[in-house]
Amino acid sequence: MTTFAVRPGSSRQLAGTGTLLRFALRRDRLMIPVWIAVNALMVLSMPGTLEGLYGTPAERADLLRQMETNASLRAMVGPVFGDSLGALTAWRVGIYAGALAAVMSLLIVVRHTRDEEESGRQELVASGMVGRRASLTAALLAAAVANGVLALLVTAGLAGQGTTGALALGLGIAAVGMVFATMAAIVAQLTESARLARGLTAAVLGAAFVLRAAGDSATDGGTSPAFGTGGGSSVLTWLSPLGWLENLRPYASERWWVLALLAGAVALQGAVAYALAGRRDLGMSFLPTRPGPASGRLGSAGALAWRLQRGGVLGWSIGFFLAGVVYGGMTDSAADLVGDNENARRIFERMGGQSGLTDAFLASMVGMLGLIAALYIVASVLRLHGEETSGRAEPVLANAVGRVRWAAGHLVIAFGGAALIMLLAGLGFAVGYGKETGPILVACLVQLPAVWVIGGLAVLLHGVLPRAALAAWGVAGAVLLIGWVGPALDAPQAVLDVSPFGHLPKLPGGSMQWGPVLVLTGLAVLLVAGGLAGLRRRDMST
Amino acid sequence: MTKAITVSGLHKSFGRTHALDGLDLEVAAGEVHGFLGPNGAGKSTTIRVLLGLLRADSGAAQVLGRDPWTDAVEVHRRIAYVPGDVTLWRNLSGGEVIDLYGRLRGGLDARRRAELIERFELDPTKKGRTYSKGNRQKVALVAAFASDVDLLILDEPTSGLDPLMEEVFQACVEEERDRGRTVLLSSHILSEVEELCDRVSIIRGGRTVESGSLADLRHLTRTSVVAELASPPDGLAELPGVHDLDVRGHRVRLQVDTDRLNAVLRSLSGAGVRSLTSTPPTLEELFLRHYQDEATETAEPDTAVAR
Repeated sequence: MTTFAVRPGSSRQLAGTGTLLRFALRRDRLMIPVWIAVNALMVLSMPGTLEGLYGTPAERADLLRQMETNASLRAMVGPVFGDSLGALTAWRVGIYAGALAAVMSLLIVVRHTRDEEESGRQELVASGMVGRRASLTAALLAAAVANGVLALLVTAGLAGQGTTGALALGLGIAAVGMVFATMAAIVAQLTESARLARGLTAAVLGAAFVLRAAGDSATDGGTSPAFGTGGGSSVLTWLSPLGWLENLRPYASERWWVLALLAGAVALQGAVAYALAGRRDLGMSFLPTRPGPASGRLGSAGALAWRLQRGGVLGWSIGFFLAGVVYGGMTDSAADLVGDNENARRIFERMGGQSGLTDAFLASMVGMLGLIAALYIVASVLRLHGEETSGRAEPVLANAVGRVRWAAGHLVIAFGGAALIMLLAGLGFAVGYGKETGPILVACLVQLPAVWVIGGLAVLLHGVLPRAALAAWGVAGAVLLIGWVGPALDAPQAVLDVSPFGHLPKLPGGSMQWGPVLVLTGLAVLLVAGGLAGLRRRDMST
Repeated sequence: MTKAITVSGLHKSFGRTHALDGLDLEVAAGEVHGFLGPNGAGKSTTIRVLLGLLRADSGAAQVLGRDPWTDAVEVHRRIAYVPGDVTLWRNLSGGEVIDLYGRLRGGLDARRRAELIERFELDPTKKGRTYSKGNRQKVALVAAFASDVDLLILDEPTSGLDPLMEEVFQACVEEERDRGRTVLLSSHILSEVEELCDRVSIIRGGRTVESGSLADLRHLTRTSVVAELASPPDGLAELPGVHDLDVRGHRVRLQVDTDRLNAVLRSLSGAGVRSLTSTPPTLEELFLRHYQDEATETAEPDTAVAR
């Protein structure tokens, strides 16, 4: 009789990690470099921009004084700890770069852990010479590689402003990324759905941002005359990993021990994730799915679409309302600050139109929410693509459901939902700002034609070129980039005109122009009609 | 109306792949029709054309007397479809999906739904991915059998079902036939086909290679004969329709086309038969012969069957 010699206790929990890591990096060979490039570009372009905005010592002193007195601005970007170009860069983009690294990291980790289990692919992988903890390790290592490269780029790129500060900022951003990588690793053990794991981790990130904002607005931060020595951050700030990044104080007598705090959090969360991963069955979670009803009331394709999308619509609605409240609340003080700086005013006015600064600020904030609403509509329209490629659309369409009827259920939610979230953002502004409710509501709704054009493009791609449907994300990303970065970089009008948002009237403050609004709405209708016509004629992909 | 499905000369290509290459199919109303063929033969493509999910490049197709592409919705009101790989929504329970599909068709018989859930031993309160492969199939099967429709299109519906559930499934198909409904059953499980189907169509390479009742098809296959003779046989090799002839002294083994059996028997009795075993062709042999790809069949015509 043959016996197989397996040494007891030698289960080799990490076997196969190297192969899985190479595999993960190969699968993400496009996604990771794009995330790193966008983040690094945002940080590295900042010294130049800031030099233009706050070139003279007088302008910088002015900025520091403003930040000290203006609580809502501190909530938005955090306190300033120094007046060097490096310190200003760390102040202006630090927490945003950290948040961006956090989003990248949580996407990477969930994609290679819970996503793989949910799809069932992990089962086959795990049946090979793969240890129980290898997948988690490979996912965390992939995130570490991405954050490491980002830290390297930031450090090297900012070295001209001082190596020590550059190193602190680079390491701080990467460490925040890894805090959320390990956080996602824990959440991925708890939930059964990758979508939920991503959402919950992103909610933790949002909470971290809010805690830091609340903490920073509550105290006068570090903006005392003797930079970095006075004014400790509030407890709330210290509860947030983003607050730690800010309190690392790059370029303002760095507090290196904060880095140890970040490293400790990474180690602790990593340990928890490992402990959970080792105790869990493959594909199962610690938050088991509850049983559902034995019979259902869903009776139409539209009801099904609403059932599938209602959670998303609810989340976006809450987010847009809160964003409206927050931006509305800081409108008055923001306009004060900008009012003192000629260059900043120019940029705000280019984003938001010519009139008074309050209106310009409001218009640019509303415009930003409009750009983000474009992401909502693309996500919502592409549910069609997801339903089709997953094979769930096929049995639905084999019933007495026409393709247009099937698509219409999702499209009503996409296009109507965009109107709903913009309306809620306007109501949020009304709550937060309390004045000019009518004009702000109009300003929010006037974004819709441009949002709908982006949605229409997604419908057209899905209907006519289903294999390229995901390119709609590229369109939304490009429009976002043009809208956010274009005005600050003095981009030529021809570039700004590419985006449908560039043609909208600048409201509130500017004059209402029905021409572009009607043309864009008509264009959106045509795009949707073209997409639906294509959908009717083409083969369903299987 | 006597034909539930009529398909003639159907062509469909995806890029350079010709999935369907002039396929014909006729399914009479009220029959259970087996739809057979090796993997990649074009069964699922045909079914998707019949459901109006794919548009044929050329050829004619009629389902319940209508065009499946232009009248898709009207046709689907009277059709229930079960795919070979059922995917469910993670946040919907099996019961909700069954009711949804029922309402999206001609309606659902509540009593039959309850009875089927019992017979298939399905827990309708579980959600999406928590079902195993077999249980996901059951969700679609219950929805199909409880629906008030005229035609059931089943594409390898029993993949993942255990033998007990396979029996329940077969009983359900029998009941559907008794109620006068038409069933198009694509399957690789030959016992299932043999048990259920009135007629079968075998396709390969996007073309129909055989169609008819199982009895008809058996006539086209070979009978294997083993005989113990009084004297060495003579002239067997020259007889038409004889394959795999193996003579060892007085002992003979051979395969013969069933319609040539008579001549072989005459030749054998001329040599004096001491014992004779004749085995009718099994369904497996029938399918193996048709599933073989053309290359092997033309190159080794005599060994193709003897597997």
